[in-house]
Amino acid sequence: MKPTDIKNPEYFHKVVDCQYACPAHTPVPEYIRLIAAERYSDAYMINWQSNVFPGILGRTCDRPCEPACRRVRVEEEPVAICRLKRVAADNKDDIRDRFPDIPRRKNGKRIALIGAGPASLTVARDLAPLGYIIDIFDNQFAGGGMMRSQIPSFRLPIEVLDEEVNYILDMGVNATFDIEVTSLKEILDQDYEAVFVGTGAPRGKGLNLPGLEDASAHVYLGIDWLSSVAFEHTDSIGKRVLVLGGGNTAMDCCRTSKRLGGDDVRVVVRSPFEDMKASPWEKEDAMHEGIPIYNNHVPKEFVVEEGELKGMTFEKVEAEYDENGKRSLVPTGEDLVFMEADDVLMAIGQENAFPWIERDLGIEFDKWDMPVVDEVTFQSTNPRVFFGGDSAFGPENIITAVAHGHQAAISIDLLCSGRGVHERPAPGVTLASQKMGVHEWSYDNAVEADQRYVVPLAPLEETLKDRKIEVELGFDPSTGYKEAERCLNCDVQTVFDEVRCIECDACVDICPTDCISFTHNGEEEDLRTRLTGPSNDLAQDLYVSMDLPTTRVMVKDENVCLHCGLCAERCPTSAWDMQKFLYNVTKAGQESAA
Amino acid sequence: MSYQIPKFRHPELPVNELGYTKADYEGSISTLCAGCGHDSISGAIVKACHELSIEPHKIAKMSGIGCSSKAPTYFLGKSHGFNSVHGRMPSVVTGASMANRNMLYLGVSGDGDTASIGMGQFAHVARRNLNMVYIVMNNGCYGLTKGQDSATTDEGSASKKGDPNVYSAIDLCGTALQMGATFVARSFSGDKGQLVPLIKAAITHRGFALIDVVSPCVTFNNNPGSTKSYEFVREHAEATGTVDFVPMRKEITTDYKPGYTHEVTMHDGSSLHLYKLDENLDPFSRRSAINTLEDHRDARSILTGLIYMDKDSQDLHDVLQTSQRPLNALEEGELCPGNNMLENINASLR
Repeated sequence: MKPTDIKNPEYFHKVVDCQYACPAHTPVPEYIRLIAAERYSDAYMINWQSNVFPGILGRTCDRPCEPACRRVRVEEEPVAICRLKRVAADNKDDIRDRFPDIPRRKNGKRIALIGAGPASLTVARDLAPLGYIIDIFDNQFAGGGMMRSQIPSFRLPIEVLDEEVNYILDMGVNATFDIEVTSLKEILDQDYEAVFVGTGAPRGKGLNLPGLEDASAHVYLGIDWLSSVAFEHTDSIGKRVLVLGGGNTAMDCCRTSKRLGGDDVRVVVRSPFEDMKASPWEKEDAMHEGIPIYNNHVPKEFVVEEGELKGMTFEKVEAEYDENGKRSLVPTGEDLVFMEADDVLMAIGQENAFPWIERDLGIEFDKWDMPVVDEVTFQSTNPRVFFGGDSAFGPENIITAVAHGHQAAISIDLLCSGRGVHERPAPGVTLASQKMGVHEWSYDNAVEADQRYVVPLAPLEETLKDRKIEVELGFDPSTGYKEAERCLNCDVQTVFDEVRCIECDACVDICPTDCISFTHNGEEEDLRTRLTGPSNDLAQDLYVSMDLPTTRVMVKDENVCLHCGLCAERCPTSAWDMQKFLYNVTKAGQESAA
Repeated sequence: MSYQIPKFRHPELPVNELGYTKADYEGSISTLCAGCGHDSISGAIVKACHELSIEPHKIAKMSGIGCSSKAPTYFLGKSHGFNSVHGRMPSVVTGASMANRNMLYLGVSGDGDTASIGMGQFAHVARRNLNMVYIVMNNGCYGLTKGQDSATTDEGSASKKGDPNVYSAIDLCGTALQMGATFVARSFSGDKGQLVPLIKAAITHRGFALIDVVSPCVTFNNNPGSTKSYEFVREHAEATGTVDFVPMRKEITTDYKPGYTHEVTMHDGSSLHLYKLDENLDPFSRRSAINTLEDHRDARSILTGLIYMDKDSQDLHDVLQTSQRPLNALEEGELCPGNNMLENINASLR
């Protein structure tokens, strides 16, 4: 294998599994250390720079970082990254004086943002400090988009949402609410330098089953029903509720139903339990509230008698997988299952809808009627029009929308300053030794064996009575500290200097997880069979040095490295050093600043 | 400074026949200097014992005084240990072995503990062919007292702060051969590929098995001018050949590599394959072993690998016909067979 090029920032970035998995690449270990040091405001600001909504995401994030956490590979349970983010948000001081100054003299360039969800707000957050004049248009009465209309208050209290949305609206942006934009052409005609479309995926999918017409008074689309609850148009539901679908919207629907009078609330899903799209913790939360999940049930028919919805029938199926892993749901041949229902909520997916975008504006649409959007620049085929969030590539999640927003803001800034939108700024990267003394590090290198801490919940009997009572109470600071200490500091990298190495093997002998080997070089497949420890996770890179005096090379399998620093402590010549790698996605207007 | 090794280990660590992973054979975190060769030897011992599937409670680690002799804390944390008086480890092992022959006695000593204060004990334990493994962590200096030359420092070799040594060095392998040791090997802490099979062979050998392991002292004797530095040893080591240890439990055919010059069946049925041996060396001849050692000494090269082995070794228990069972397992009636028996013995001597 060729020697590893550690100067390429993506090499060490990938070692920081959580940060690498995060769409916005938030420097997770960096803020977790600050939480452990009780520097909550500093931890909050690192998040705020990167993901804009730490308090919101600390409650609602899809957490792609957690399954990626190295702890999953060495132990079992990941660090509770999401809940630690909330610890920072809950315990911070007033941080408004740390926000960027908004120039009173604008730069004269006007940007329109359609929709006031996480993607648009991120664009506003990045561009307002640069002097842009920002006009936001949204059809709801307040900002936040789906975070307001679809996430129930028992998961995201309205105060938390308002606080972080207002941080941005207070940056001197012009927000117009309760307005339905019905024509993109009209907007473009107002001579905006650029228009950003962040209108989400607002259309719920339905199931056109026999009996739907007669039952329609008691059948709702999940996301529409949730927003009608959020905006207080709906405050009750029947005793017996069936929720169709297995995603997070279905979980929000069933839990909300339980709080609005639903007694016998059931989730019915076509797929096996394990294949459900909902996050594992959201399924757990629903079941904890006494909501059963019926899997492998395919809805067949609405049963209506004398004009009244009585329930639904379902066909039982089994999942079979072919050799490519493709799933098919095969009926078991059992009798149809009947379930009683007063109301049915359909939460089987949602899609984009752009009836308000004229098709003659130079914006190309593909065969699925989705705009053609560049995956890096978020520019459409009309150079002035950008898309981001769910409206770009279909439904994802908040953190993805934020990541899109940052990149679109960069593109808009490049466009407005007359540069090409493909001249993307490099990430800001620093690599700094953590050595303080002979065997002293400036990070806490001891590896805690504690298991993941359980987050306390408000009593069920209270939360089920009021949909506005938050269920999760969050970690208190002392539990937050203990959970933070579980972090392995994967951003503190083991950096090897072959010139100093005397090949004494001390690092090989001390490494608790057998990551390090000195052996003759070879092709990766062969090399992996000759390493000190098993090396079977091909997704994890090998760090290969240049040739050493004995013609061998140092090979480190990054897979289960604990970043404990023992290799560097036991190295007599400091050939190993622990160096903190800080990777920041450069934002609009920054010149690759770290 | 870390005072503990993290608890986590590689989740896919292989288990041996007892169901133990390598981690079950580890000890506490080392307090030796970073980069000390002794730690590598500890690592090799851990690996050898794990791979041989030895029950940790069947091992007794015995040592004297010195950096080497504190090393047993850093391996086999679940085994027995005895840190004895300076240079007196052999007599303590002799006593322990006489009391219980069912243990594996793993003596760990240094060049000071063996070649200076313990020279007499070393000579006699070799001569008696006590069934033990005797590992010398040989760094050619008194590391614990700041690096003075030891009895194994080569003539002309200089430590970090010292002048070239004016005295002749004791060659522990040569001495052991002269004294009648039945297994003599030399290795290098930085060469686990060679050291691990040698330790396995020494453990399996019945009788006194010496492995003299050159183990650089990074702090006081790893400088240019020293003949026991990593660099010097790498440049001047010449292996007698390579050794492959094949446990009895494994089908020998599966591990068969063509080209070995000797196959030795060990006491417990396992076998040693010796490859590409130095053509001047007959490892089963003491005379040949001594000659080869002297040749390499003249050429200022360090002969490593298996140097001598007596395939028909009779250990001290065989010679003395001692009790098969440990003394603490004997009943009073067996220990004091009574007046009649005494009378019979006396009568037989009249």
